Amino acid sequence: MATTTLNPAAPAYRSALYEWLTTTDHKKIGIMYLINSIIFFLAGGILALIVRLQLVIPKDATTIGGLVSPEFYNQAFTMHASFMLFLFIIPILAGFGNYAVPLQIGAPDMAFPRINALSFWLLPLGGALMASGFLATGGAAASGWTEYPPLSGAKFNGPGTDLWIMGLTLIGTSSILGAINFLVTIFKMRAPGMTLFRMPIMVWTILVTSVLVLMATPVLTSALIMLFIDRNYGGHFFDPANGGNAILYQNVFWFYSHPAVYIMILPAMGIVSEVLPVFSRKPLFGYKAFVFATVAIGALGFSVWAHHMFTTGAVFLPFFSLMTFLIAVPTGVKMFNWIATLWRGKLTFSTPLVFATGFLTMFLIGGLNGAFSAAVPVDFAIHDTYWVVAHLHYVLFGGSVFGVFAGIYYWFPKMTGRMLNETLGKLQFLIMFIGFNMTFFPMHQLGLAGMPRRIADYSASAGWTDLNIVATIGGFTIAASILPFLWNVLVSLRSGRIAGDDPWEGNTLEWATSSPPPPYNFDHLPEIRSERPVFDARHGQAAAH
Amino acid sequence: MTADATALTTHGPALETHGSGGMGNPVLGMLLFITSEVMFFAGLFAAYFSIRAGYTEVINSVSTHVWPPTQFQHLLNPFTLTTESGALNLILPATLILLSSSVTCQLGLMAIRRNDRRGFVRAFAVTLVLGVSFLLLQAFDYSVLMHEGLTMGATTFGTTYFTLTGFHGAHVFGGALMLSVVVYRGMAGQFSAKHHDMVEAVSWYWHFVDVVWLLLFSILYLL
Repeated sequence: MATTTLNPAAPAYRSALYEWLTTTDHKKIGIMYLINSIIFFLAGGILALIVRLQLVIPKDATTIGGLVSPEFYNQAFTMHASFMLFLFIIPILAGFGNYAVPLQIGAPDMAFPRINALSFWLLPLGGALMASGFLATGGAAASGWTEYPPLSGAKFNGPGTDLWIMGLTLIGTSSILGAINFLVTIFKMRAPGMTLFRMPIMVWTILVTSVLVLMATPVLTSALIMLFIDRNYGGHFFDPANGGNAILYQNVFWFYSHPAVYIMILPAMGIVSEVLPVFSRKPLFGYKAFVFATVAIGALGFSVWAHHMFTTGAVFLPFFSLMTFLIAVPTGVKMFNWIATLWRGKLTFSTPLVFATGFLTMFLIGGLNGAFSAAVPVDFAIHDTYWVVAHLHYVLFGGSVFGVFAGIYYWFPKMTGRMLNETLGKLQFLIMFIGFNMTFFPMHQLGLAGMPRRIADYSASAGWTDLNIVATIGGFTIAASILPFLWNVLVSLRSGRIAGDDPWEGNTLEWATSSPPPPYNFDHLPEIRSERPVFDARHGQAAAH
Repeated sequence: MTADATALTTHGPALETHGSGGMGNPVLGMLLFITSEVMFFAGLFAAYFSIRAGYTEVINSVSTHVWPPTQFQHLLNPFTLTTESGALNLILPATLILLSSSVTCQLGLMAIRRNDRRGFVRAFAVTLVLGVSFLLLQAFDYSVLMHEGLTMGATTFGTTYFTLTGFHGAHVFGGALMLSVVVYRGMAGQFSAKHHDMVEAVSWYWHFVDVVWLLLFSILYLL
């Protein structure tokens, strides 16, 4: 039988919109992750400004302090945290992973491109479900992002909480599918020569993060489902009046949510570990130590969840305190790795490095005040105070968000083919850095002065007013720092300097292809003999053989 | 690409990946997915054991630990085919049906490994029928239990019983959908000894669902 060769059909015309809506290209999906996350970052930021305006001064002084009703205030801080954690930090880091991992291991795409698209599209869907709570009777979820029962029970909260549960379940499913995709991609799709210990640190952090997602996120799903059953189908899981156990929810929830804080920081550490060597013109100090420290943080992360529950009286304090202190060891190893990478490097203070140093300093403070909180007696004093708010923002904003912006400035040229403006970038950093510290540093003192989290008002005689005013001014300063960023992106997309393939003289494989890369990523790969194949190809010729 | 980047790239395109060999991507993906499912059920099992350990009833004015609650104990003997009120109790037959479906599933997998597509389709079709039968029996069992007063809201036992078995049933349903796709594709002439990653993946999932039921049956009916 003769074989017929069909003439290749002319590709059908596809509008750019159709192309983006139906794409399975990991690079486009990664960029959509970033855009979607930044939209929720802005929404969460607006909610944060509402929170700060509410607290700027006590209500009895003037009406500014009572900007919104206490009921809406509860929704605002709950949805602020939910947006920032589940729809901004976790997905934007997954977005960087999506963009960078296949490129950095020399693969043409993720292992399951269509599942990758599904992972992304579940996010706006879950986010919309969660946000639609604002339109429901009784408003959005309002019991804090932890949604502890009995406060989150049907007795106290309307359908907004159910929408929150459904939305978060979808977002969790998105994470799990993404994690499976990353793991199969990393284990099965590496280019020849790309052994595990030649993988860029970014890939290692995504690998460990994916294991955490795979093992922890389903447990959150189970907690959410039990909560949903209690709320809607007459279940008694968390209902002590009928033999249930309210602390059970906290255990199951934190079994996810503590590993989740490493899900929220490890890829940011990965970004910083990509940026520091490139801009200090040195290899990362102690590559293997860094890898093992990442694995250790991931492993220890499963044994510390109950440090969020010290004051319940239902957990074994010495064990969870000890394990929490232990996490400081691998984290400290990383800190020294980073400092030693910078040490005597030939530093070029481009915007990515500026944000990375912001990460180092602010994350250090977040780590230190976290170690304080690990001590049981100290925790009893500061539990549920603004100290905790300060701590979590120093790691999540000072750490992760500065890492995220380092990543945006670092990879924007690869994604778009154009450079972001350096002056605007540094301006953004300066305003953000000042605003961040103005907002969150006073919260340490507020916490020590006894101001509890999640209150809609406070007494003028409590002595908290001055610091709250400073924090609110700081909050608006952070908001102002977003303007140069958005302006920078808009202007640079149209008229930024052309980047070329490798504007930073990078180390890893994404810099060996064009900017933006073709859909199949690489025409040719350089030889991979270390964790810096592009550096080797650039400098190795003379020294070789 | 600019001249610079071309100069960097001295080697041809990757013909094979570093991870080629070993299990196929779909099979690895399914094993990882099953890992996540194990953790999901671990959360529910942890809740079950925690609630079970704390359950007490007042018997002869003394607070006593019993499980399952005395009022439902007569419903939970798998070794009688009728309850005390005369309704059918088919949980043991349902269990045997699900267990045998794992056997037929494995037979089908072995058939496709030796390129016997007809035997594979036949075995998987039987697996599908057994799986659906299990679901029907479970639905029947639910109606009997609810008729006898065991509902979601009837003590924490009811809550955990219906949550655990309900989510297991949902997973059997998901597995049945996967089996349908595999059978359909097999009937369309797809899969061979060399190319049957999806069959491997689905059979892994089906065995997983079976193991979960064994654990559930043990803790709810036997222990």
